[in-house]
Amino acid sequence: MKTFPIGGVHPPENKITAGSKIQKLAVSESVIIPVSQHIGAPATVSVNKGDTVKAGQIIATFKGFVSVNIHSSVSGKVNKIDTVIDSSGYKQTAVFIDVEGDEWLETIDRTDELKTEIRLSAEEIIKKCQESGIVGLGGATFPSHVKLTIPAGKKCDLLIINGVECEPYLTSDHRLMLEYGREILIGVSILMKALKVDRALIGIENNKTDAISHLNSLAGSFKGIDICPLKVKYPQGAEKQLIKALTKREVPSGRLPVDVNVVVHNIGTAFAVYEAVQKNKPLIERVVTITGKTLPAPGNYFVRIGTPVKKLIEAAGGLPENTGKIISGGPMMGKALVNADVPVVKGTSGIILFPEEESARMESQVCIRCAKCISVCPMGLEPYLLMSLSQRDLFERAEKEHITDCMECGSCSYICPAGRPLLDYIRLGKSTVLRMIRERVVK
Amino acid sequence: MSNILKISPSPHSHSQETTRKLMFGVAIALIPAFLTSVFYFGYGAIIVTAVSVASCLLFEYLIQKFILKKTISITDGSALVTGLLLAFNVPSNLPVFIIIIGSFIAIAVAKMTFGGLGNNPFNPALVGRVFMLISFPVQMTSWPVPGGLKTGYTDAVTGATPLAIIKEGIKNGEPLSQLVSQIPTPSQMFLGDMGGSLGEVAAVALIIGFIYMLVKKIITWHIPVSVVGSIAVFTAILWLINPEQYASPMFHILAGGVLLGAIFMATDYVTSPMSVRAQIIYGCGIGILTVIIRVWGSYPEGVSFAILIMNAFVPLMNTYIKPRRFGKEVKNG
Repeated sequence: MKTFPIGGVHPPENKITAGSKIQKLAVSESVIIPVSQHIGAPATVSVNKGDTVKAGQIIATFKGFVSVNIHSSVSGKVNKIDTVIDSSGYKQTAVFIDVEGDEWLETIDRTDELKTEIRLSAEEIIKKCQESGIVGLGGATFPSHVKLTIPAGKKCDLLIINGVECEPYLTSDHRLMLEYGREILIGVSILMKALKVDRALIGIENNKTDAISHLNSLAGSFKGIDICPLKVKYPQGAEKQLIKALTKREVPSGRLPVDVNVVVHNIGTAFAVYEAVQKNKPLIERVVTITGKTLPAPGNYFVRIGTPVKKLIEAAGGLPENTGKIISGGPMMGKALVNADVPVVKGTSGIILFPEEESARMESQVCIRCAKCISVCPMGLEPYLLMSLSQRDLFERAEKEHITDCMECGSCSYICPAGRPLLDYIRLGKSTVLRMIRERVVK
Repeated sequence: MSNILKISPSPHSHSQETTRKLMFGVAIALIPAFLTSVFYFGYGAIIVTAVSVASCLLFEYLIQKFILKKTISITDGSALVTGLLLAFNVPSNLPVFIIIIGSFIAIAVAKMTFGGLGNNPFNPALVGRVFMLISFPVQMTSWPVPGGLKTGYTDAVTGATPLAIIKEGIKNGEPLSQLVSQIPTPSQMFLGDMGGSLGEVAAVALIIGFIYMLVKKIITWHIPVSVVGSIAVFTAILWLINPEQYASPMFHILAGGVLLGAIFMATDYVTSPMSVRAQIIYGCGIGILTVIIRVWGSYPEGVSFAILIMNAFVPLMNTYIKPRRFGKEVKNG
């Protein structure tokens, strides 16, 4: 079975919620919708305090090419436009809406009817994605229409759909594949049409055999879509690693997948594209896994964007007494939240609660040069060296050692027997080196 | 709910692997070799090992407490492993005072002067051993024969190691075919029934330890296999050229400290290279140097010297031999 060749780790899977059907989370009495839920320019707020909005209505419009619309996920009244601390820990502008009823825009098809015929042209699909606020739902939240627009001089001959879900605990993509397989495959066909490719591979790790066989049974009636099981290994969901595993093509350092004629989209994104293009439904809700070993009732939920995380925790049985950490995303790359009032955004794939005893880091000890960090680095870097260079402010040297190739998967910190904060220092070094490079370009 | 949520950058999970677990893992992997040495050499093996471990721990404690005045880290297991390996590299009848001197050199000179665990360029146990070998050549090369224990552990019946027999014989111009009767059979050597350092004799016990460390992911196969492989290839070439002059690869691998060195000494984390490519070069370097010393040098055994010499190249190798980087081959245009 295929996998990527260099590095990787096997953290305990802990997919507690793999068997839990996706439920709809009750609409909260108020939502907080940040205007920047994607990589790129924040959208411009287009509503005022006191305005009445419906679910699906645009509340912030995209600004420039690398930006998407933001829609209201509920119906109600705009309470205020203010700042909120988001999952990154930084303050940013958000629209606060007090919920009244649940009224949707009439243009949205809310039925369960499966629409198979793709009426839009490639250009219309790409435009629709930007207008509907579609971003990469794997966690990186890069605007999808940008990835669907192949730059002049480049070509794309293959679409890869990321159903790997290699982060422990998370099961939102897994449940989507099981419960909305047809919708996903139509979404994939839409993406193929937009990219003008006739082949798509869906990569799924072999710990989701039910999803693999389910999609395999459906894929026969879709042209050009193949389901590819992959050996379980973290971080297989990383774009470059997934491309390498499926096609043996290696994205050169500092380049993008399109440089090897591939575009990668996530399973959740394919589903969102289906809803946007076929059902005219903008991205106003997503599947979120709420999980943790101490949580009474972990599960998977369709959650309206902007719902405070605490509502999700309440639905899962309430915050356990000894919670020490709330993580947005997976345990390997997710962010620790400052509180439970942080809103669910487009990039929230899961919320994980860690008990107190699992929340603290190990004390950092001396490096014993065991080379485990090197052997697990999927980019073939030397984390111990990059950390020590960053500690000593030797950033020019760190640049020569390719610190900017690091994708921050965390495998090095995960494996280090001395509990050294390798990735913390590599992040510091990487951001400094990137700043140095930008300054050089300006000069 | 606790009052404060913990905030830290990702990753939020850890493998639960610790330095201490790795070090104790190495110690566990040495148990089979220890048991066989007790079986062959009696309580001499126990005395030597106990003195070595105790003095290594004591010296590390004293230096950290009274000279460096920093936190005591003798429970991390690294001094324990150094003590075990030092004991395994000496004859089982070595006088206690020599063991204590060797332990002092290993811990105080080879390890702590460079900054302690993680910073020493040379394998501490081997520095200690070579110091003892050069300072006390007689005691360090009087090898008790298996089962040759008399009343006290230092008055055991001693004999030469197979390597010394071969070296001496060839020097005197005897063909190997006539020396065969004086050396143990391959199966005796595999089981450890021969003279030698207390931990190096039983190939079978060392290989069990090797498999244990591979399964527990304490070490990878690269260094041990390249050491043994390069010795096998090099000695096979010599042996094919003239089997009367040069011993067989089987003999070279089973005799002396090749397996103990390849599996436990050359793989020492601190003093071995970081990238897989460098590890293979390092392993082959040890193998080739070992054979050169054994065949053309003045000592019958060369594993310790070979490892120490290659230790010296490790910083250079870490600087110039890099892991294969993902996306390195940038296409033109």
